[in-house]
Amino acid sequence: MEIVLVGLNHRTAPLELRERVTFTTDQARRAAAELRSRGLLEESLVLSTCNRSELYGVPPETSHESASGLSSFLSEFHSIRPDVLNVALYQHYDRAAVRHLFRVSAGLDSLLLGEAEILGQVREAYRFAHEYGATGPVLNRLFQGALETGKRVRSETELGTRPMSVAAAGVKLAERIFGKLAERSALVLGAGTISEQVVSTLRDRGIAHLYVMNRSRDRAQTLATQFGARLIEWGNWDSAFSAPDVVVSSVSSEEPVLTRAILEAAMAARSNRALFVMDLGVPRNVDPSAADLYNLYVYNIENLTEIVEQNRAARESEIPRAEAIVEEHIGKFLSWQASVELVGLVDALRSRIREERAAFIRARIDSMNHLAPSDREHVEDLMDELLEKLLVEPATRLRGEKELRRKIQNVEALRDLFLSKKDKR
Amino acid sequence: MFATSFSTPTPSLSLRYTLNVTTVPHLFLFLTLLAYALSLGSYTRYLYTGSKLAGRLGTIFLGLGLVAHYFALLDRSRGLNTVPYHDLYGSMSLFGWLLALTYLGLEFYHRQRSVGAFVVPFIIVFFLAAHLATVDRLPPAPARGIVFALHVTLSILAYAAFALSFVLSLIYLAENRLLRNRKLGEVVWRLPPLDLLERMSRSSVLIGVISIAIGTALGFIWVDRLTGQYWYYDPKYVVTILVLLLYAAYLQLARTTTWRGARASRLCIFNFVVVILSFTVVNLYLSNTHRYF
Repeated sequence: MEIVLVGLNHRTAPLELRERVTFTTDQARRAAAELRSRGLLEESLVLSTCNRSELYGVPPETSHESASGLSSFLSEFHSIRPDVLNVALYQHYDRAAVRHLFRVSAGLDSLLLGEAEILGQVREAYRFAHEYGATGPVLNRLFQGALETGKRVRSETELGTRPMSVAAAGVKLAERIFGKLAERSALVLGAGTISEQVVSTLRDRGIAHLYVMNRSRDRAQTLATQFGARLIEWGNWDSAFSAPDVVVSSVSSEEPVLTRAILEAAMAARSNRALFVMDLGVPRNVDPSAADLYNLYVYNIENLTEIVEQNRAARESEIPRAEAIVEEHIGKFLSWQASVELVGLVDALRSRIREERAAFIRARIDSMNHLAPSDREHVEDLMDELLEKLLVEPATRLRGEKELRRKIQNVEALRDLFLSKKDKR
Repeated sequence: MFATSFSTPTPSLSLRYTLNVTTVPHLFLFLTLLAYALSLGSYTRYLYTGSKLAGRLGTIFLGLGLVAHYFALLDRSRGLNTVPYHDLYGSMSLFGWLLALTYLGLEFYHRQRSVGAFVVPFIIVFFLAAHLATVDRLPPAPARGIVFALHVTLSILAYAAFALSFVLSLIYLAENRLLRNRKLGEVVWRLPPLDLLERMSRSSVLIGVISIAIGTALGFIWVDRLTGQYWYYDPKYVVTILVLLLYAAYLQLARTTTWRGARASRLCIFNFVVVILSFTVVNLYLSNTHRYF
């Protein structure tokens, strides 16, 4: 039994190549069927996200041929020239493959360290493959282990808890002040890539209303449609600030747009209810002298970047703890695998001994003509008894003693020693 | 007249107290302390790691502590053959118990566990101070009756609620300071949102104001029954009514333009300083009729 992994990710392949190797659910199903019918893999699972495409499998026989077989399968399936694809592919076997998957599931292999989406993607990939019967006992166990690892890393370490982008950091800060954003509203001043990210994060967090304000009327109209927001006339500051609790500002202007006077009037209009301003403009949109206004919280792009940097450091310091959890689960999986393999090995050994005994007796029984038929049977029984005793006892111990299974690390060696003799002769 | 009735020494009674003190079982004392310590550990872990399990364990241990603390109070009262609020230490223990109860109520109502790590230490301190201190020279002849019992219990509940709002306001000010100065440490991400802290503090003060109002009214009724006169001049009355007014003012001001936010929290902290003064200076030096609360 062996686990093979062939795949590529954001580190080994550029986006253009990754795009060509992605699998839709239908494609994944078709690939699994083909892999089985061609005798390449007994069990298979395709994990395909925007940052990685990986093919996990259990080949029918032990041979490193399978990995290269899988590489050529991939290039054929996606019609990519093998020499283009192969440089981007990595291949792992057994322990290394298990380790790779568990790290992926823990978010340790992600572009954004500790991101949460990958765990859901692994879960979905496993669910689909399981549904259409592509997985078997080994991959089922492997992916259950991967999901457990991912869950534990997320609940026991800080790896995934800190916001890692300016947009996420800003929205998290807003939640520090207001709590749940479901009954809050936000005003978007100007436009920019980061403000768009903020808007989509605010939407994810359930913000109730959005307002848009822009110097250009046309632009404002477009943004209002794009965000599903209400339009506020530029310069209409008094009415603009009475409702929203969060202001996302990225106006390109040499002078601060939100002067102290405007913000002072705004705070009065909202009877000093807290106001959180994300100033994403460069140069800054908020007059620095306004920062001391009561119940006003202003964060500019530099403050937010600093938070993201601190969080990155905090996340990275969590890596060793996450890796330790990964190692623990690798150990669990491998000892399960070993126990299954050992039990299989003992069964194989037993049937082999049965066979050998029959041949052995047939060969020698002729020289024992002086024995009565009942005596011959008796000899056969005695031999059976001896062989059973020699085999049953270790077999029972193997099933019962965990520690013993752990000690027998290389089942492959035992298999070679006891079962492959015939082939080599 | 009734003031002196509190302090007629009866030697035979004191003798019985001292005899019983040695037999007060320590099992519940130990269990309570263990549960509170585990609760504090879990809440702290929750604050730092955000593990939901740790948060739940904090609540569960606090609940178990509350039950064990109840039995510890019961044991103590039986051993001393009196009500828990009879002496200073019993009052403090009861205060800790009611603090835990109020906090748990707030936690369930607002679904927020990250304050636990800040409240449980206070509970432990009051519990320890009350139960580890030696019981000496008990003033005998406690005031009796259901009205008096309610008066005392409701007043202590009110002070526990005020103490809770004090802790919440302190957290608010600290967190607000960090957010305003844009100096975010590790813990800011785990603290409750400012808005929630404000609301928790308000609901805590509301509990306090209601129970101190009822408690004080019952006090007047009790005095009236005992003496036929509902008003005796006692500085404690004045201070208590002042406390009531200050907290009522907080409830009103906390939602106004000028006061909402940090200023209201400062007022809440100031109010609790007055409460502490009422415990210490007024009770020890000025009041004849109120011993501990």
